[in-house]
Amino acid sequence: MGFFKKIIDGLKKTKQQIGFKLNELFKRGIFDEDFYDELEFILLSSDVGEETTVDIIDQLRERMRTDRVSDPNKAYGYLRDVLSDILGDEKMNPSYPCVIMVAGVNGVGKTTTIGKLANIFVKQGKSVVIAAADTFRAAASEQLEVWANRAKVRIIMHEEGSDPAAVVFDAISSAKSKGTDVVLVDTAGRLHNKKNLMEELKKINRVIDREYPNADRKNLIVLDATTGQNAIAQVDIFNEAIDIDGIVLTKLDGTAKGGVVLAIKHDMDIPVYYVGVGEGIDDLMEFDAASYVEGII
Amino acid sequence: MAAFSNLTDKINHIFSKLKNRGALTELEIKQAMREIRVALLEADVNFTVAKDFINQVTELAIGEEILKSLTPGQQVIKIVNEQLIKLLGSTQSKLGVSSKLPTIIMMCGLQGAGKTTMCGKLAVYLQKQGKRVLLCADDIYRPAAIKQLEIVAGKAKAGFFEMGQSNPCKIASSAVAYAEKNGYDTVIIDTAGRLHINEELMEELKAIKRTVNVYETLLVVDAMTGQDAVNVAKAFDEALDITGVIMTKLDGDTRGGATLSIKAVTGKPIKFVGTGEKTEDLEPFHPDRMASRILGMGDVLTLIEKAQVAIDEEQALQMAKKLKESTFDLNDFLQQFEQVAKMGDINDIVGMIPGASRLKLGDKKVDEAQIKRNKAIIQSMTKEERANPKILNYSRRKRIASGCGLQVQDVNRLIKQFEQTRDMMKKVSKTKRLPF
Ligand SMILES: Nc1nc2c(ncn2[C@@H]2O[C@H](COP(=O)(O)OP(=O)(O)OP(=O)(O)O)[C@@H](O)[C@H]2O)c(=O)[nH]1
Ligand SMILES: [Mg+2]
Repeated sequence: MGFFKKIIDGLKKTKQQIGFKLNELFKRGIFDEDFYDELEFILLSSDVGEETTVDIIDQLRERMRTDRVSDPNKAYGYLRDVLSDILGDEKMNPSYPCVIMVAGVNGVGKTTTIGKLANIFVKQGKSVVIAAADTFRAAASEQLEVWANRAKVRIIMHEEGSDPAAVVFDAISSAKSKGTDVVLVDTAGRLHNKKNLMEELKKINRVIDREYPNADRKNLIVLDATTGQNAIAQVDIFNEAIDIDGIVLTKLDGTAKGGVVLAIKHDMDIPVYYVGVGEGIDDLMEFDAASYVEGII
Repeated sequence: MAAFSNLTDKINHIFSKLKNRGALTELEIKQAMREIRVALLEADVNFTVAKDFINQVTELAIGEEILKSLTPGQQVIKIVNEQLIKLLGSTQSKLGVSSKLPTIIMMCGLQGAGKTTMCGKLAVYLQKQGKRVLLCADDIYRPAAIKQLEIVAGKAKAGFFEMGQSNPCKIASSAVAYAEKNGYDTVIIDTAGRLHINEELMEELKAIKRTVNVYETLLVVDAMTGQDAVNVAKAFDEALDITGVIMTKLDGDTRGGATLSIKAVTGKPIKFVGTGEKTEDLEPFHPDRMASRILGMGDVLTLIEKAQVAIDEEQALQMAKKLKESTFDLNDFLQQFEQVAKMGDINDIVGMIPGASRLKLGDKKVDEAQIKRNKAIIQSMTKEERANPKILNYSRRKRIASGCGLQVQDVNRLIKQFEQTRDMMKKVSKTKRLPF
C-alpha cells in the first residue's frame, strides 16, 4: 500500500532535522549518554510524553545491556522492536452487519474519516449507510452529504438541532430493512470534559446497542496527530463513556507525528486502526506499526 | 489551596532539607527544575522551548533570597511563574483598525483549528464595539465550509459574502468591494485550513495578502496542540508575518503549553482565547492564568500570595486531605465560603479555583448575596446534618428553609451545589496526569 511511502514522506520532513543526529549516533555505534539524550529528545519531540519516553529508554538500555550490543544495526533493530511491541498490530476486523461510531473532540477529522471509511468499505464490496448524527455544528450534515456522494453511499440526515439518537435510530432501521453491511455514525465534536455532551454520546451508544443487538459494534476515537498530551485524557474519558475499540490518527501528512498514541497504547492498551494522511478520499490507511516507527526514528 | 498541587509538593519535598536557609543554591534549583521540566513537557511546551526556559529561570533563581512568607518550593514556583507570565506577554486583546476602511482581518491556520467558529466570535465582539462586520467565505476546499460560515454569520448577525468555488484572491477583493459599497467597516476573511508545509496553499494565503490590504493576520491554533506547534507557528509567521495568535478550545482540560511555544518562536501577541462553541465564547488572553494552567496548578498560583494572607495553610492542607478521604462536608463548604469572602472579589477568585472556570460557574456569575444566603442555610443546619448531608430529607430541608427564611428550593440548590463542588474537586484531585 501507499501507506509506507506516504507516511514516510510526511514524517521525513521533521526526521531530516531531528532524526539525523540519532542516525549518526547509531552509525557510529556509540551508545553513551549523548545517544540516550538524543533519543529522549526525538521521542519527546514526537509527543510520546515523558512517562512513556522514560519507559522506552529504560527498556532499550536493558536490552542493550543484557545483550552487550555494539552493532549499530542490531541496536537500531532493538529500538524498533521496543516501539513496535508497544504499538502492537491489531486490525479493526469487523464482522457484518456492523455499526461503527466515530467520536472525538472538535475538528480532529471525524467527518472526513467517515467519508474515507465509507470508501474503503465500498471498495471491499460492502454496502454502507451513513448516519449524520452531528446535528449540532453548522452545516455538519451538508459536509457529510458531500462525502456520502463522493463515496456513493446512502446517508440519513435530519435537520440541524434535532436529536442525534433519532438519526441513528433511523439509519439502523434503514440498514436492517435493506440488509446494509455497515452503518457509519458521525457524531458532533465534543470536548471530553463536557459532561452533558458525553452523556449525549452515551445515549447514542445505548440506542445502537438496543436497536441493533446483533450487529458488530466498533467505537472509534479520532485523534489529530498535532495534538499533544491531552490526547491521553481524551481517550481515557471517551473510553470510559463508550468503550473505545480503536483510534484513527489523522493529519499525519503534516509534520506532527502523533507519538502520543504510544503513550495511549502503553497506558490503556487501545490500538491505532487507521491513519489519515490527507484530505482526499483515499487518504486513509490501515495502521502499520513498522512503518510508523520507521517514520519516527 | 497550594496543597492541591503535586508540583508544589514535589518541589517542596526537594527543598524539605534546606528549610530556613537563606538563599536558593544551584544544586537544589537544578533538582527542582527537573520537576518543572516534566511539568512543562506534560503541558506540551515544546522540548527546546522548555529547555531554554529552564536555563533562564535557573539563572534567575540562583542566589535568590527566600521570602519569609514562602517555602523554598513556593519561592521557586513563584519565580518560574513570574518568568512564564513575562514570556507569555501581556493582555493585548485588541484588534487594530486600519486608517483606510474597511479593516481587513485574515484568519489562517491548520485544518480543524476552529477558524470558522472564531470568525463568528470576532464578529460578535467587534459588533459590540459598534463595528459593521462582513464575513467572507474564502475556504473553497472543505465540503460545506461556505455553508457553515453562512450559518455562523447568521447567528452572529454579521454580513456574509461568498462567490462559491472561485479564486480565493478574487473572492477576497470582491468581498472588500462589497463591504465598501454596503457600509461594512470590517471584513473577516475565513480561509481554508492548510498544512504549513503545503507550499501551494501557503502561497495562496500570501497572494490573498498581496491582493487585499490585510491589516490583521491572525493565526488560529488549537490549544491542545503538542510539540509541533513551533513548526506550525514558525512557518505561518515566516510566510505571512502574522499580527497575532488566537488559541481555541481552552474550555477543554488541556494545559495549553503550545501557547508558550508559539509565543517563544514568533514573539507575536496572543490576542484572544476561545472557550466554547457559542459565538460569545471569546475571552481576552490572560498571561497569568495561562502560566498557572501550563504549570498544572489551575490558577492556584496567582492565589499563593493572596492565600498567604487569607487562607491559613493548615486549613488548606486539611481541606485537601478531606477531599482525598472523601469526607468533605458542608462544614468545609461553609469554611470555603468564608475564606473566599476574606479574599476579595468573589468573581475573580472563582476564576482562579482549579477547574472552576471550566465548571460553568462562569455562566452564572457568583454573587455575594447568594453566598450570604448559602451561609445562612448551612448555619441553620444541625451539626449532624452538616457532617452528613446525606440525611437531609425533605422534612429536614423544610425546617432549614424556614429557619433561615428561605424556600426549600434554595436549600435544594445549595445541596446540589455542594455535591457538584465535592464531585468536581474529587475529580480534579484524581484526574490522571493532572498534578492537582
Ligand atoms: N491534512 C489533513 N487534513 C485532514 C485530515 N483529516 C481531516 N482533515 C481536515 O481537517 C478538517 C476538519 O475535519 P472534519 O472531518 O471536518 O473534522 P471533524 O472532527 O468532523 O470536525 P467537527 O465535526 O467540527 O468536530 C477539515 O479541513 C479536513 O479536511 C488528514 O488526515 N490530513
Ligand atoms: Mg464533523
